[in-house]
Amino acid sequence: MEPKKIQAPLTDEDVMNLKSGDNVLINGVIYTARDAAHKKLVELMDKGESLPIDLKGQFIFYVGPTPAKPGQAIGSAGPTTSGRMDAYTPQMLEQGMKACIGKGLRSQVVKDALKKHKGIYLAAVGGAGALLSKKIKKCEVVAYPELGAEAIHRLEVEDFPATVVNDAYGNDLYTEGAKEYAR
Amino acid sequence: MRELAASTISDHVAEMCEEANIYLGEDVFGLLKEALETEESPTGKEVLKQLIENVEIARDEQIPICQDTGFAVFFVEWGQEVHLTGGSLEEAINAGVKRGYDEGYLRKSIVTDPLYDRKNTGDNTPAVIYTDLVPGDKVKISFAPKGGGSENMSAVKMLKPSDGEAGFIDFVVNHVKAAGPNPCPPIVVGVGIGGTFDKVAVQAKKALFRHVGKSHPDSRFAKLEKTIKDKINDLGVGPQGFGGRTFALAVHIEDYPSHIASMAAAVNINCHACRHLERII
Repeated sequence: MEPKKIQAPLTDEDVMNLKSGDNVLINGVIYTARDAAHKKLVELMDKGESLPIDLKGQFIFYVGPTPAKPGQAIGSAGPTTSGRMDAYTPQMLEQGMKACIGKGLRSQVVKDALKKHKGIYLAAVGGAGALLSKKIKKCEVVAYPELGAEAIHRLEVEDFPATVVNDAYGNDLYTEGAKEYAR
Repeated sequence: MRELAASTISDHVAEMCEEANIYLGEDVFGLLKEALETEESPTGKEVLKQLIENVEIARDEQIPICQDTGFAVFFVEWGQEVHLTGGSLEEAINAGVKRGYDEGYLRKSIVTDPLYDRKNTGDNTPAVIYTDLVPGDKVKISFAPKGGGSENMSAVKMLKPSDGEAGFIDFVVNHVKAAGPNPCPPIVVGVGIGGTFDKVAVQAKKALFRHVGKSHPDSRFAKLEKTIKDKINDLGVGPQGFGGRTFALAVHIEDYPSHIASMAAAVNINCHACRHLERII
């Protein structure tokens, strides 16, 4: 099946048109955040303070890239394990985040929150950091530069490949995919 | 007595850090290409295609295969007729890691202490180093950058001798099943059996340094490796966990004699980027 082209940021309608198992190519602006940046964002939410980025409709990519070589937009940039962000994800969705990109299993709490807030979880191919870096055309730090690789980066992506794992209907590719090929 | 300068060790280590992170070994690369032929799932095939293209991009553009350029892990076999001059082995290896990770634009992923500050050391040191003293006048350095995602999916269990082969298989297969998509499949599964609590974990790590796909020299363990690999692939988890027939590229077992009361077992998982290199100096 041909991958679907999608444009960031996403509307509720965009989200509802995506199903678990869909291969997509993402275009537009996405943001990065992993463990340390999530912790800082959620601390601000808890205090009721404003965030350094507006999460409405946005994609968050869980990544800590390698340093860029001279002439490169970004170094190797594959997804990190998403489960470490589970504790923060429901609050991120409440603030308007529509999609997150990582790899690996999510908790039931996250899956429920995706349904409730109309969000999706996508996996990019873990360990394909060199290939994914080619899909990132521009990269700049927009918050927490002191975190280095863990800072929040604004990325401009072209045809960035990912697969929908958990959709807003409660489907889970990790469960259904394995069932189909188990013997 | 042969003399070897610490700076020579550092030079080799720095080169190895860059080389291992940019060029995937032909052993794993070959298995990925074989898997593309045999994988039944279309999504699984697409993942394998991306992984193969990724290895080629890394090689052609001299960039890391994966952004997680790992904890630097070394097994050193030091010939006892070699005298190291100009510094300690630990300092020499760490100096090489620092230089290799800096000059190679590799990610620095090590924090000072695990619980409190978690402040990045800034140069990917310290390395994890195992040293064996062996006969002869050569030094063999084996290096693997070990990614955190797959390392987190590892375990040690003190099985009972009465658990037998079936209990051992269950432990490994159930553990890998629970890890699912997290360690970036298709994976290489390092398994230790025997020894003490600590020894069995090191054996599992050592298993990941083996030429990927090479069987255990003892035919009984070689057969067991195949049995476990088939059971893992029959879970249907597939490349990246999207469903398919290629969950594990290889299972390697390293055994060690055991206490009469024990049957220690360990699983150490590596992602498809099973990067490892060795040099004999």
